[in-house]
Amino acid sequence: MTTRRRFLAGASAAALATPALTGRAFAQDRIPFASILDLSGGLDIYGRPMADTTRLAIEDINAAGGLLGREVELILYDAQSSIQFYTQYATQAAAGDRAATVHGGITSASREAIRPTLARFETLYFYNVQYEGGVCDYNNFNTGSTPAQTVAKVVPHVMNKWGKKVYIVAADYNYGQITAQWMQKFVKDNGGETLAVEFFPLDVTNFGPTIQKIQQAKPDLVISALVGGAHVSFYRQYAAAGMKNEIPIASTTFGVGNEHKLISPEEGDGMICSYGYFEMVDNPRNAAFKARMQERYGADAPALNELAVRSYEGAMLWAEAVKAAGTTDRLPVIEALRAGLSYDGPSGTVTIDPQTHHASMNVYIGELENQDFRILESFENQPPADTQLVCDLNANPNQNVFKFENGLEAAGIEL
Amino acid sequence: MDLFAAQILQIVYGISNLALISLGLAIIFGMMRVINLAHGEFLMLGGYTVVVATNAGVNVWLAMLVLAPLLVGVVGVLTERLLIRWLYGRMIDTLLATWGLSLFFIGLVTSIFGASTSTTISPPLGPVRIGEYQVSGYEMFLIGVTLALLLAVWLTLRFTKLGLVSRGAMQNAEMASALGVSTRRVYMITFGLGAAVTGLAGGLLAPMTGVLPTIGAVYIAKAFITVISGGAAILAGTASAATLLGGVNGVFTFLTGPTFGEVAMLLAAIVLLRLMPRGITGSIFRKSL
Repeated sequence: MTTRRRFLAGASAAALATPALTGRAFAQDRIPFASILDLSGGLDIYGRPMADTTRLAIEDINAAGGLLGREVELILYDAQSSIQFYTQYATQAAAGDRAATVHGGITSASREAIRPTLARFETLYFYNVQYEGGVCDYNNFNTGSTPAQTVAKVVPHVMNKWGKKVYIVAADYNYGQITAQWMQKFVKDNGGETLAVEFFPLDVTNFGPTIQKIQQAKPDLVISALVGGAHVSFYRQYAAAGMKNEIPIASTTFGVGNEHKLISPEEGDGMICSYGYFEMVDNPRNAAFKARMQERYGADAPALNELAVRSYEGAMLWAEAVKAAGTTDRLPVIEALRAGLSYDGPSGTVTIDPQTHHASMNVYIGELENQDFRILESFENQPPADTQLVCDLNANPNQNVFKFENGLEAAGIEL
Repeated sequence: MDLFAAQILQIVYGISNLALISLGLAIIFGMMRVINLAHGEFLMLGGYTVVVATNAGVNVWLAMLVLAPLLVGVVGVLTERLLIRWLYGRMIDTLLATWGLSLFFIGLVTSIFGASTSTTISPPLGPVRIGEYQVSGYEMFLIGVTLALLLAVWLTLRFTKLGLVSRGAMQNAEMASALGVSTRRVYMITFGLGAAVTGLAGGLLAPMTGVLPTIGAVYIAKAFITVISGGAAILAGTASAATLLGGVNGVFTFLTGPTFGEVAMLLAAIVLLRLMPRGITGSIFRKSL
């Protein structure tokens, strides 16, 4: 390992770097599990909680005796919110560490950077993040929620509550663009009207002009797919202009970076979101999981969201598949996952859908109240219906594409 | 008509926002020819001061208007004493050193407070109604603060001994020190004041934006473009560049959308620097402050 790598690893977090430095020596008797996440830079609000839960998952697996009589070793890479490091570390994890599986990627851009690399190296890849849907890749399992699971639920919910005229604001990159198309589709399917769609580069902090435009357009509600720290400003400035009590907001992204802790209750209360997990999900496994996180991390325990909890469940799904297959070899593990494997986790039961390598899961609609999401409605065992429209890995397993790369219409979905 | 008034106010706010985040950088660059790449982190530290202080129960006005500039001012003085003063006249080295400093601050704040810190502050002023439209009262307050800050800097430079000595040291450091002025002391005070103004800006923006360790990166590009487009004169440069760039951004955002608003602003800066390589005050308003 070069001095530069050693420095970068050390600078990100000494505790995290240790397994990476010693990884090679144990590679023979321990099962290497690689995770690539942003632990520094602007995306660390998403990445750090995901790394905390992944670490807990590996510790839980080892505490229960490991897999196939071997311990699992977590090799954690910090991609530093830079796409370039994703490709580099994916290559390192696959070719250097010979990882049994790689979990990671946060933005859709980072997923698309490493997915082809891992397919080429034939290294099993898990993406545990809610995203816009459409990945169709035999080597890749996408355990996060997709628009047909969340957006399709929250749009009719808020339209019934607030009205039919919708104003959409979204982040200006592939996730925001494609999700905005899904929103328009579901608004139309439910008999509503989209008044305008606006996209924001990730470093915009002044939302004043848009807030005026929203007042001018007079929608019944605003739906947001804004992303990252700078975009938190939108919700604050919207509340400061007195708009929050006039035109309510629903969002498909707010909260997965724990944004609800970054704005005050006056600014956030009443916002409605939909995910595959909220901290207040009421089941014994979630209660136990939250207690485990507190015990493990104490005062540093992060607030929990879908990204963090699904990272834990993604690791556990892989572990269950290894147990079922009796080996860590890629193809038998994929076959075990494709057999409709499920895992009962904090969010409920997550089941792999063999047609798409996505997951069926419970979906929740939550309303923000005093910096926590109170659950309004839950839906059991929702299939990834969006990706099922365009992807069939049963009929043709030899695929590794992102079907929505050029938008929904290019994929044959009518808007 | 109401809409027009509300839009004009938004554009004016966009301009003053740009001036507010740039002024501290302009003071340091204009006076000392030092480019402070940790400027964004000084803004972030101002914001964190407010969040941490209000979480501890301090009044939000006290935290924004007193604690944030005080703390970041002290950080500025320390930075000048420990780092910048060894590197005067070595612009590239200063760039590298302050870049390192910015990474240090991001790492320090992340390791103390984690990747994000809960907050309970919201803008302490309610909305203002203009006919059918509502604008944020706090944004109007920030326009006032920006004007007051510009005025205060002008009065200091124009009428006080400190201002006279600073301008002397800025025009000809050797001559000023030959006349008995301690240029080192002037530089230290200037850097501290620039940092304090930046801390104040960061503190004032804390209730309006996300306060995260990495948020500085969002501001630094815009602050730099404003200062470089403005040229050497602190006040005239910042005010004219902020008006031009903020105005272009606001108008295009209203006409098209935020993406083209940003593009138009950057294009305006490129064209401007092609025509006036030393910034607006390098060509016009040359004798201004």
